[in-house]
Amino acid sequence: MPDDTNPNEKKGKAPGLVDAIRTGVREDLESLKTDLPAKAKESLETLKSPTKTQVYTSIFRHKHDDTPRNRALGVLSNVFLHLHPAKINRDSVRYSYTWGMGGITFYLFLVLTFTGTLLMFYYHPSKVQAFRDVLYLEHDVPFGRILRNMHRWAAHLMVIAVELHMFRVFLTGSYKKPREFNWNVGVILLVLTLLLSFTGYLLPDDQLGFWAVTVGTNMARATPLLGHEGPFGAQMGMTPYNDVRFGLLGGSIVDANALLRSYIWHCIGIPIIASLFMVVHFWRVRKDGGISGPAQVNLDSEVKEARK
Amino acid sequence: MDWRQLWEIISAPDNVPIVALIPLLVFYIYLAWRQAKANDLLIEQLEADPALAKTHHRKAWPFKPGWSKEVHVWPFLLRVEFLAAIIVTIILMIWSITLNAPLEEPANPNLTMNPAKAPWYFLGLQEMLVYFDPWIAGVVMPTLIIFGLMVIPYIDTNPLGAGYYTWKQRKFAIGTFLFGFIILWVSMITIGTFIRGPGWQWFWPGQTWDHNRLIYEVNRDLPDLFGITSNWSKGIFGAAVVGGFFVVGGLLVHALFRRYNPKNYKRMSLLQYSILLVFFITMIGLPIKMLLRLAFHIKYVWITPWFNV
Repeated sequence: MPDDTNPNEKKGKAPGLVDAIRTGVREDLESLKTDLPAKAKESLETLKSPTKTQVYTSIFRHKHDDTPRNRALGVLSNVFLHLHPAKINRDSVRYSYTWGMGGITFYLFLVLTFTGTLLMFYYHPSKVQAFRDVLYLEHDVPFGRILRNMHRWAAHLMVIAVELHMFRVFLTGSYKKPREFNWNVGVILLVLTLLLSFTGYLLPDDQLGFWAVTVGTNMARATPLLGHEGPFGAQMGMTPYNDVRFGLLGGSIVDANALLRSYIWHCIGIPIIASLFMVVHFWRVRKDGGISGPAQVNLDSEVKEARK
Repeated sequence: MDWRQLWEIISAPDNVPIVALIPLLVFYIYLAWRQAKANDLLIEQLEADPALAKTHHRKAWPFKPGWSKEVHVWPFLLRVEFLAAIIVTIILMIWSITLNAPLEEPANPNLTMNPAKAPWYFLGLQEMLVYFDPWIAGVVMPTLIIFGLMVIPYIDTNPLGAGYYTWKQRKFAIGTFLFGFIILWVSMITIGTFIRGPGWQWFWPGQTWDHNRLIYEVNRDLPDLFGITSNWSKGIFGAAVVGGFFVVGGLLVHALFRRYNPKNYKRMSLLQYSILLVFFITMIGLPIKMLLRLAFHIKYVWITPWFNV
């Protein structure tokens, strides 16, 4: 026990460092004892309603109770959905009118981009490797066969969907004013879809693709003015080594250069061009007043002829 | 009847899309036709009863007072899109599990495939090669198809039928498109896929592909039938026939169009009208050339030192 008469100790002195620490720690412990349960209780309360947390509100910028405002915001404040308007004509959700082929085409484009990118990990666009890579994909790569099958069939399905989309747009007269320009963008997208599919045909480097592309590009020989077998081609100085077919194939026969060229067009060139046209296509759908209908029928007797 | 041959053609993996397209087209044409019929009926009623036309909501679908004209995209449209994506994914999955993408022998320039066919969507153009030289079938035709599609909105001056299915208000436009799409594009693809065999010869469905079959066809050129021999007169004769086809065809279409489509005829400018005639008559020229070839064994109509038509 401390000696009260210790001369070295001054009585009535302020508590020393040790005491200060001791009381401080005691206070800290006291506060933990009271504050911790309180804060834990508070946290538990917020867990019960996570939508009120800062993290949540920073991600989702509006509430989700079922009010018209929130339904609209759910579409408008989402970057992936905001191409849609908040509200549409009650009949345009009917499948029998739209057939949904435009959306399906775009979805297939996404599927193709995804499966195509995975395929690119296993594929070398060279004469030595290409065919072996496809064999490797089919027999050794986990899920390689279904990956390739899916890419192939999605491509065919996309061609079908594009054609049906165009058919529907024609039958409903949806290319009419003010949508003339967007119809033209659509026609270009149709051509790009066919080109995408066609450039992919050569890539397995098998007999099927080789001869299909040989037959296809042989027609380019006959291009008027620009092909060496076409009308006036010879007069323009065209030979098999400088005509338009040579430019397409990077050679006078379908060989290594043609494989590389079709690979680059297929994986980089056309997808980028097509994406640009798609951006315009979707944007114009909105700007031209959303999807065309189903509109109210017009009567012949009510048409006001434009004055000339 | 060679069922095995037929099955081999129909079940060839790359032919499955065209096998699928045909029933899909039948279904969607039915769907469109049903709605067009309902709308045409409604239009007829409204034309007959102007008082009703003022109050009617003008759709063949039911509408009750108090119903809102618009619905929220979330959830009413998005759920349809979501369902469509799921259904397409399921179809693709099943298709990819059950049917393998084709892979033939490695490419071999020394071993020609017979028949060497393009992908199914280009078989219509390949079929055209029978009737036209490659510069027309492979270059001019596709270009004309693309430009023909692109001018459609600018030459179709009919203000009716925008945004709903109808037949009676747009007989000419829809008839022409159906002719171009179904009769020319799809059926040519069908012929290229199912009928053409080795050597691009005609084999009826179920007929065995005979790789050694030879057909001795004697195809003549039109000038030969008239005993024209010199190059100059052949060229002039051909130009006259082709030009005559366009002039006579143009007059014929003009006579019909202004009679049966007077309002649209009145609305069109000279430029619009001439573009319409050029594309329309060129399109009609296609089956006519096919007929000349198949029925009369005529190869060329117009022969010049530089090109043949």
